[in-house]
Amino acid sequence: MLVSNIKSRPVYGGLKVDDAARRHLVAAEGEGALAALAAFTGRPEAIARATVLYSPGGSAPQDHAAKLGALGFDDLFVMPSQPTLITRLNVILATATMGARLYAAGVEGFIGSVVAAGMAHGIDQASIRTEHRGSLARRVQCVHCKGMTDNVTVSPVVCSHCGIPLLVRDHFSRRLGAFQGVSIDAETPGDVPPAEELYA
Amino acid sequence: MSGGVEIPVRVVAIEQATPTVKRFSLAARDGSPLPVFSAGAHVVVAMDADDRRIKNPYSLIDRSADGSTYRIGVLRTPQSRGGSVFMHDRVAVGSELTITMPVNLFPLNRTGRKHLLVAGGIGVTPIYAMAEELARQSVPYEIHYAMRDAAHGAFADELVARHGDKVRLYRDDAREVIAVDRILPNQPLGTHLYVCGPEGMINAILAGGRAAGWPEENLHAERFLAPPGGSPFALTLAKAGITTEVRGDQSLLEAIEATGVDAPFLCRGGACGQCETKVVSADGELVHNDHFLSDEEKASGAKIMTCVSRLQGRELVLDL
Repeated sequence: MLVSNIKSRPVYGGLKVDDAARRHLVAAEGEGALAALAAFTGRPEAIARATVLYSPGGSAPQDHAAKLGALGFDDLFVMPSQPTLITRLNVILATATMGARLYAAGVEGFIGSVVAAGMAHGIDQASIRTEHRGSLARRVQCVHCKGMTDNVTVSPVVCSHCGIPLLVRDHFSRRLGAFQGVSIDAETPGDVPPAEELYA
Repeated sequence: MSGGVEIPVRVVAIEQATPTVKRFSLAARDGSPLPVFSAGAHVVVAMDADDRRIKNPYSLIDRSADGSTYRIGVLRTPQSRGGSVFMHDRVAVGSELTITMPVNLFPLNRTGRKHLLVAGGIGVTPIYAMAEELARQSVPYEIHYAMRDAAHGAFADELVARHGDKVRLYRDDAREVIAVDRILPNQPLGTHLYVCGPEGMINAILAGGRAAGWPEENLHAERFLAPPGGSPFALTLAKAGITTEVRGDQSLLEAIEATGVDAPFLCRGGACGQCETKVVSADGELVHNDHFLSDEEKASGAKIMTCVSRLQGRELVLDL
């Protein structure tokens, strides 16, 4: 369990199916497919009301997509990448009604993108159900140049856009779905501690 | 001081809105502008009756453009502790009252894309203020207002004049009901629902929202109650070492205040939780009228909300 005293650090409550919902919109990535399987297996009524979007990513060799297909969801879209999945999700959310419930499972950067998409369509962040699966790798925004760096597992990390060495903080932007990276050597330029593998 | 800053006010106008509802315009006695409030807010009005001080919460309808007056709407409810009857029968233009600063326990959700405002009877007062604010912001909204009959629609004409076809009126005498099963299922994402009215109506509307699959985060209700009366009982404040009597037409909190003890309170409507007080012992049955404590907490008998709850029995001892 990830613990932090920074309030914006997301807490993932798990992929619990809300039986009251009329439509379940499930966005999953990589190992997140296992969370979707665990939540929906043995619940035929929920499966019949579920639309699943899945991007296999690094989990492609495990073929979780086949397991999702075998469960018989009402709709299953296997997408080639996270960005294409978010694009498809946005199209579905544009016509969704208040009876729809959004679920997100996978790495943190992906969950952040799904939650940000849901909020952009007016969904209250507290009603989005999330489960972290797979790597602890972070999506990091450089607060100086605003560039995004994905799959960050170390801190400090060099910004992939402007080259500033960044301390990766627990400070999380829900709007961007990203952790914040701040210059680690602003006071003493060049004084950069060695990178530690924190988010493997 | 508990409940925050108080504002001395004078009644400057009274409108008889319906046979049972009066609207009071209140201005600060020193002529200064009244604080800006957000839609859904209420004030606690203190009334000095002959033998006691009554305090009731009332939702704010509006604030005049120059900030000099607030309006509140008061339904006459003869079977309660006497606050609304006092307002109707004893308060005239020129009467002096005291109000608290506005407090909002029923705010609009600013991130909402669309807002459904549902009112029953006198529950229309906060809804009226919310509709004004939404109209100013050009956010999509609908108003559904249920009343006993045309004569009892305290705000029906004004609402239609100001909001046109966004208003839908329902009259009980014409057997018109708010069809939640038709209104709620196809609302777009980001819609928020706000309901204020009688308890049974609130429960039916919220149940309709849940049946349509709405998440709790988007369902909002104002379950304000004026403190109900009851039988008199003895009250002991253990820490202060005071024993007194709570009269039948007095709330527990009013009786505590009458002894000079500065007990905590905020909404005085059983909603906010500020007045939660530990029960040392109770010889009788606690009558919990609030919407704050959970059913388990109520059953445990360890706590009481002094603003609306009381004892049916002989003596109550509180940790005050």
